Amino acid sequence: MSLNRRQFLKCMGLAGVSTGAAASTAEASTAPHAGNDWHAMLTDLTLCVGCRKCEWACRKANGPTDPGPIDAYDDPSVFEQRRRTNSISLTVVNRVGPTRDDEKPTFVKSQCMHCCEPACASACLVGAYRKSKLGPVIYDESVCIGCRYCMVACPFDMPAFSYNSPTRPAIHKCTMCFERLAKGDGAPACASICPVEAITFGKRSELLALARRKIAAEPKRYVNHIFGEYEAGGTCWLYIAGRPFEELGFPANVGTRPYPELTKGLLSAVPFIQVIWPAVLMGAYAFSHRRETATSANDARDTTEGTEPGSES
Amino acid sequence: MMNHAGHMTTSATLLRGDWLPRPSVRGHLRSYVTPFNVVAAAILCIGAPVTVNRFVNGLAATTNLTDDVPWGLWIGFDVLCGVALAAGGFVMAATVHLFGLREYQPLVRPAILTGFLGYFFVVIGLMYDLGRPWRLPFPMVYSPGVTSVMFEVAWCVALYLTVQFLEFCPAIFEWLGLRRWRAWAVWLTTGLTVFGVLLSTLHQSALGGLFLIAPGKLHPLWYSPYLPLLFFASAVAAGIAMVIVESMLSHRVFRSHVEHHDERQMNRLVLGLGRAGAIVLMAYFCMKCLAFAHEHGWHLLRTPYGYWWLVEMLGFILCPCMMYAIAARRGLVWLVRVASVVTVLGIVLNRLNVSIIAYRWDAARRYVPDWQEFVITITIVTTGLIMFRWIVNRMPVLHDDPRYEPVH
Repeated sequence: MSLNRRQFLKCMGLAGVSTGAAASTAEASTAPHAGNDWHAMLTDLTLCVGCRKCEWACRKANGPTDPGPIDAYDDPSVFEQRRRTNSISLTVVNRVGPTRDDEKPTFVKSQCMHCCEPACASACLVGAYRKSKLGPVIYDESVCIGCRYCMVACPFDMPAFSYNSPTRPAIHKCTMCFERLAKGDGAPACASICPVEAITFGKRSELLALARRKIAAEPKRYVNHIFGEYEAGGTCWLYIAGRPFEELGFPANVGTRPYPELTKGLLSAVPFIQVIWPAVLMGAYAFSHRRETATSANDARDTTEGTEPGSES
Repeated sequence: MMNHAGHMTTSATLLRGDWLPRPSVRGHLRSYVTPFNVVAAAILCIGAPVTVNRFVNGLAATTNLTDDVPWGLWIGFDVLCGVALAAGGFVMAATVHLFGLREYQPLVRPAILTGFLGYFFVVIGLMYDLGRPWRLPFPMVYSPGVTSVMFEVAWCVALYLTVQFLEFCPAIFEWLGLRRWRAWAVWLTTGLTVFGVLLSTLHQSALGGLFLIAPGKLHPLWYSPYLPLLFFASAVAAGIAMVIVESMLSHRVFRSHVEHHDERQMNRLVLGLGRAGAIVLMAYFCMKCLAFAHEHGWHLLRTPYGYWWLVEMLGFILCPCMMYAIAARRGLVWLVRVASVVTVLGIVLNRLNVSIIAYRWDAARRYVPDWQEFVITITIVTTGLIMFRWIVNRMPVLHDDPRYEPVH
C-alpha cells in the first residue's frame, strides 16, 4: 500500500514538473524529524500544584497587556470553568477532578504543542508559520490575512485570534519564548518561574529519556504514556501524568500521523489533474466537433443527392 | 430659451410648482417603487450600518465567532454555498462548448452570469470575514504558502473569477456594440471553457479538502478522506439544479426577455437537465454511502447527529434524485423544478453541516450566528440580485442579440 502510494506521488510529481506547475505543493514546509536537537518542554502533571504563576510569567513576557499582580493568580475560582488559550493568555492551567474524595485534583497546563510537523504551518496560505530550527513553531503577523484556517487545522485548538481588533487582528499563541531561546537567554518564562519544577526545558531527545526514566522509576505514580512522543507525528511539548490523558482533557483522537499528510494527497493530485483534465476535455471537444462536422457534411451531401431515390439515411 | 423664461419668472414658477420633477420624470421615479425595490432598499439600509460596524469595530462586534469555532456563517454560507451554487457556469459551458450539446445554448449565458456574480460576491463575503481583507493579494504575490489547500482555493477562485468575466465578455461587447472585440472574446470560448472546468474541478474539490486536516473536529459522519470528491460531485449537482431554478425564476421575473422562447423547447431542456441531475445525484449518493462505509459509522446512526445525517442523505439527496428520475421519465417539468429546489436546499444543508453544524459538534459553547452576520449575508445576496437584474435588463443574457450569430 505504502509503496503504491509513493509511486503514485512520484508519478504526480513528474506530471507537475512537466507542466512547470508548483510541484513544491507536494512538499511539506518542514524537514522531517530533524528533531532530536530541538528545544522542547516536559510538563510533569503529577507535580503541578495549580499556582498559575506560569500564566503570570507568560503574560509578563509575551502578553499584549500587563499581567497584573501575581497574587491575583492564586484565586482558585477560575478553576470552576474550563478555560482555553486566548489572545491574551497564551497558556492556561485547568483543574481536572477530583472525581473521588480520596483523590487529588490534577492541574493541566496547556499551550501550543510545537508539533514536529505542524498542521498550522501546512494550512497557512501565506506561510506565516514556520517550524524554526530551534524547535518552536513561530508565527509571523506581518503576512497574516486573518483567514483563521490555522485554528481549524490545529488538532490541539491552540491558536487564538484577537477578534476585537478591527485593524490589527492576529493569531496569538505560545512561541516557547522564541526570542529568549534565540539569544540563548535560558529557559522560557513559564519553566523559569515554576516553583515546583513541573516544567523542564531541554532538548527533545533528552526530555524523552528523562520522561522514560521517571516513569520507570515510579510506575505507580505515572501512566506509561508520554503524550507528545508520537501524537500528531510528535510534538516538542511533552507531558507525563498520573492519569490517562483522555481523562485530563487531552484530545484522544489526534492519532500518530503528522497532520500535513492529511492534505498531501489532495495537493499532489493537483498537477496530475492539471495535465489529464484539459487533455480529456479537449478530446471530448474534438470528438463532438468532428461528429458535428461529419453530420453537417452528411447533411450537405444528402441535400445535394436528395433527389436520388434510396438516399435517405 | 425656456430656461431664460424660467429665470425671469422665478417666483411664478415656484408658485406653480414647476420646479418639481416633470410628470414623466415623477412617473419614472414612481416606477422604481416596486415590492422588490422597497424590500431591497430596506435590506441595504440595515446592511450599510452593519458593514460600517464590521470594519470600524471589528469581527468581535459583529460576529459570534470564538477561538473554538473560527468559521461561521460568512464562510459556511457566503463562501462554501456561494461557490457550490455558482457551479452552473462551468457545467453549462462544458455541456455546450465541449460536449457539443448545442441545444442547451440558451442556458449558458444566464449560468455564466450567475456564476460570475456568485464568485464575485463570494469574494465580497470573504472580505467581511478575513481579519485583514486589505491583504487579500498576499497569498498570490507577496507570501505564497504553497502547502495549503486554502492556497489552491485562493488561486483557483481568483483565476476562475477572471475566466468567468472573460466568458461573459461577448454579452458585454454585444451590448456596447463592439463587434471586433466581441469576435476576439468569442474566439477565446473553447480555451476559456477548458480552463474554467479545470479550475472548477480543482477548487470545488479543494473546498471540501479544507476540512481534511480537521478529522477530530468534524463529526465522523461528515468527515471523510473523500470530502474533495464529495464536494465536487455535489457542486455539479448544485450547478445543474441552480440552472433550472434560475431559469424558472428568470422566466417569471423577466417575462419580456423570453417572449420568443419556444416553451416546448425550454421544457425539453429542463427535462434533459433533470435526467442529468438524477445521474449526478445518484453518483453523489453512492459516493456518500462509500464514504460512510469507509468510516465504519454504523453505531453513530442512532444518535441525534445520525438522524440529522439521514435527513440530509435521504431527504435531500436520494429524494430529489428519485424525483428527477421520475420527472425525466414521465416528462413532468414541474417535478424537475421541485427536485431542483430540493437539491439546492440539500447542497446548502450539506455545506452548513460540514462547516458549522457538525463542526466542533462537541464544543462546550455552540456557535450561533449573530443577527448582524445574517444581515450581511442577506445584504450580499440582495446586492447580487440587484446586479443580476441590472445586467439582464441591459445585456443580451436571456435572449440572443439578433445582430449577432449565437456563440456555440
